Amino acid sequence: MIKNINFLGKPSREKFNLFVPLGIFLLSLGLIDVTLNSLFDVNITSFFPRGLNYFAPLIFGFLGLYYLRIEFSGNKILDKLNININSNWFNSILTLLIIFVLIQNIPPLLNWLIIDANFVGTTKEDCTNSGACWIFIKIWFPRLMYGLYPSTELWRVNTSFIMLIVLVVSLFYIPIKLKKYVIVFLIFVFPFIMFNLIHGGNFGLEWVETTAWGGLSLTFIISIFALILCFPIGMFLALGRRSEAPVTRYSSIGFIEFWRGVPLITVLFMASVMFPMFLPDGVYMDKLFRVIIAITLFEAAYMAEVIRGGLQALPRGQYDAAKSLGMGYWRLHMLVILPQALKLVIPGIANTFLALVKDTPLILVVGLLELVGMIDMAKTNPDWLGFATEGYVFAGILFWFICYNMSRYSQRLEEKYKTDR
Amino acid sequence: MNLGITTFFDNRPKVKKYLPQAITLFFIIFIFGYFTYNAQVNMDNRGIDFGLRFLGEEASFDISFSLIEYSGASSYAKAYLVGVLNTILVAVVGIFFATILGVTIGIARLSSNYLIAKVSEWYIEIFRNIPLLLQLFFWYFAALRALPLPKEAVNIFDIAYLSIKGLYVPKFIWTNFSIFLFSIVAAIVAIIFVFKYAKKQQEQSGKRIPAFLISLCIFVVLPLLTFLIGGVSLTFEHPVLTQLSQTIYNYIGGVAIIPELMALAAALSLYTATFIAECVRAGIMGVTKGQKEAAASIGLTPGQILRLVIMPQALRIIIPPTTNQYLNLTKNSSLAAAIAYPDIVLVFAGTAMMQTGRAIEIVSITMLTYLSLSIAISIFMNWYNKKIAIKEK
Repeated sequence: MIKNINFLGKPSREKFNLFVPLGIFLLSLGLIDVTLNSLFDVNITSFFPRGLNYFAPLIFGFLGLYYLRIEFSGNKILDKLNININSNWFNSILTLLIIFVLIQNIPPLLNWLIIDANFVGTTKEDCTNSGACWIFIKIWFPRLMYGLYPSTELWRVNTSFIMLIVLVVSLFYIPIKLKKYVIVFLIFVFPFIMFNLIHGGNFGLEWVETTAWGGLSLTFIISIFALILCFPIGMFLALGRRSEAPVTRYSSIGFIEFWRGVPLITVLFMASVMFPMFLPDGVYMDKLFRVIIAITLFEAAYMAEVIRGGLQALPRGQYDAAKSLGMGYWRLHMLVILPQALKLVIPGIANTFLALVKDTPLILVVGLLELVGMIDMAKTNPDWLGFATEGYVFAGILFWFICYNMSRYSQRLEEKYKTDR
Repeated sequence: MNLGITTFFDNRPKVKKYLPQAITLFFIIFIFGYFTYNAQVNMDNRGIDFGLRFLGEEASFDISFSLIEYSGASSYAKAYLVGVLNTILVAVVGIFFATILGVTIGIARLSSNYLIAKVSEWYIEIFRNIPLLLQLFFWYFAALRALPLPKEAVNIFDIAYLSIKGLYVPKFIWTNFSIFLFSIVAAIVAIIFVFKYAKKQQEQSGKRIPAFLISLCIFVVLPLLTFLIGGVSLTFEHPVLTQLSQTIYNYIGGVAIIPELMALAAALSLYTATFIAECVRAGIMGVTKGQKEAAASIGLTPGQILRLVIMPQALRIIIPPTTNQYLNLTKNSSLAAAIAYPDIVLVFAGTAMMQTGRAIEIVSITMLTYLSLSIAISIFMNWYNKKIAIKEK
């Protein structure tokens, strides 16, 4: 194919001044054609037959890139371009296709998201432009964040989350001696403070039913409580799975594999409809707590596998050394093995937490309304029909921002601990 | 006191060995017993008995999409079967597309082309970090709802029609389908023989037989022969746009792929493909550079290097984590219930449970079904993994 179109000879350094302008001209012709076509609906190649017309920009661009493909041209920019996006004919076609797709799709997307979007106003009628109606999100924002939580009491949710953030951030700056206490406080004391603050009912705080909790804050409440609670269970399960006693080992394996083999949605169904049957007659447990317990058990199985990975990664010498000092099972694990193993699995724990945050929207199937559930509620509100796309795009961007940064952070941790060893 | 207990146990090694296990066992039995007792009391109070007899009763609800014949008069057991088959269908479709997409993106991410590598990377970063449920809702409530009505359906080469009611494709109507099926089986057997023979020839005499071309011929010719002399024929039933009432149009005939299935398959495969792509990338990067250089130095083309040297080795690294992703996809297909695709969760744990009120039986059966699906997939993939593992001599 290439030999046939090669009437000018192979592009070479000697004819640099001929090939480069020709290549650039053809390439820009192709790009301009696509741009005009997709943005202004003008077709400058309409004189070609119909089939050819469609592929004209691709052919122009292909020829242009072919003439630009001069090996060791001496021009730094051109060489870099050739190595990175234009190393052979196949690569050049892929490059062109990607550029064309980007040119065609990015401007309309930006139009919808920002340029033609509506930002000012308070009702559906204010959305007059053709783009997205962000007023919808603006009006519903408190609901999307806090659910049906009474608006006069919102400071309680805010305070607990600000406290959490301050505590976690302070971990990075305070001296190591104090760190231990802050961590203990975070894990053993803070959850109760947070729960009390949000749930209320004592210390003069108004009692807020759990059915009113919702929005993005509920996602984090559930994830944080489930993570803290699943950690000790997962640790014991991991130790149990590595134990030499058959009863302990097989019951741990059975527990772990059972929870890992079923989808979260069935676990939630179990929590909401099956679990009440297992409670003694007359005992009632709040649905949110049942769901948190179910997610905790579910995550504990995954946590156990993560921790087991850390336990397996430790060299045998650590066990032998601890045993030779006369340490028993518990002292060996608490003082020697677990501190090292847990340090190894910190990135794994971060990943588990990330997966947990991504899984939480599922609780809407049992009627708890976190962010996605609230959007479902908002989009069916008679005053705000027809804004499903805006809602999901907003939630998507928000979740993406959170999860992306978390995954970047866990990758950084991974790298950090890799070099430590 | 503490010392006393320690010496007490040290003097009785058997007790020390078995006591913790006995306590664990007792604890497990106690919890199970306690729950069973409570459930018994609760069910007695509500006047329901425990049992699976309800499975034979008439279900009397309709299911919008079913692979086998089903009507409201069928039993709950049949409804369960419909749900399971629908779950398996979406899992298989999802795994198929996720694998293709994932492998492509995984390889593309390692491409020397900067743009391709960057676009693949951003695809992975975007789709991996958005909750699957949200993606599913986006495809179902936002993207597919934006499709035109059946009257102005998107016409795909006069073969398929895409509208808000779903994708309508022609139905295959076979005569003597079994003969055709046998011919394909025969072709596959013949191809295996050809490949074995070619390998043997190459090992013995160094001669290469164009095994791929020969097998391609066999694969085309044998089924074609059944059309010519075997009495096999194939006709298509095309979907036809029909006016159902004054303003309502829809396609009749053909096979309808409902939008729920499309949204679910799209969301599952786009989401899982990102993870598979990462597995593929890790696998390819796990093959040492020396292997690639050695392959290049004996004159293999880049395509051959990938196919003959890198992939066989990379597969061993890729398969175990990919198995996990297949399992995740199968489990994630349960999200179908959120957009009313009639999978096992919606049909059985949703509608059937509402009607019968048998929470314990139905949730247990649902969980056990998923558990057995998971176990089946992992057994199959373990078998495959063992087959391609390095056979050490």
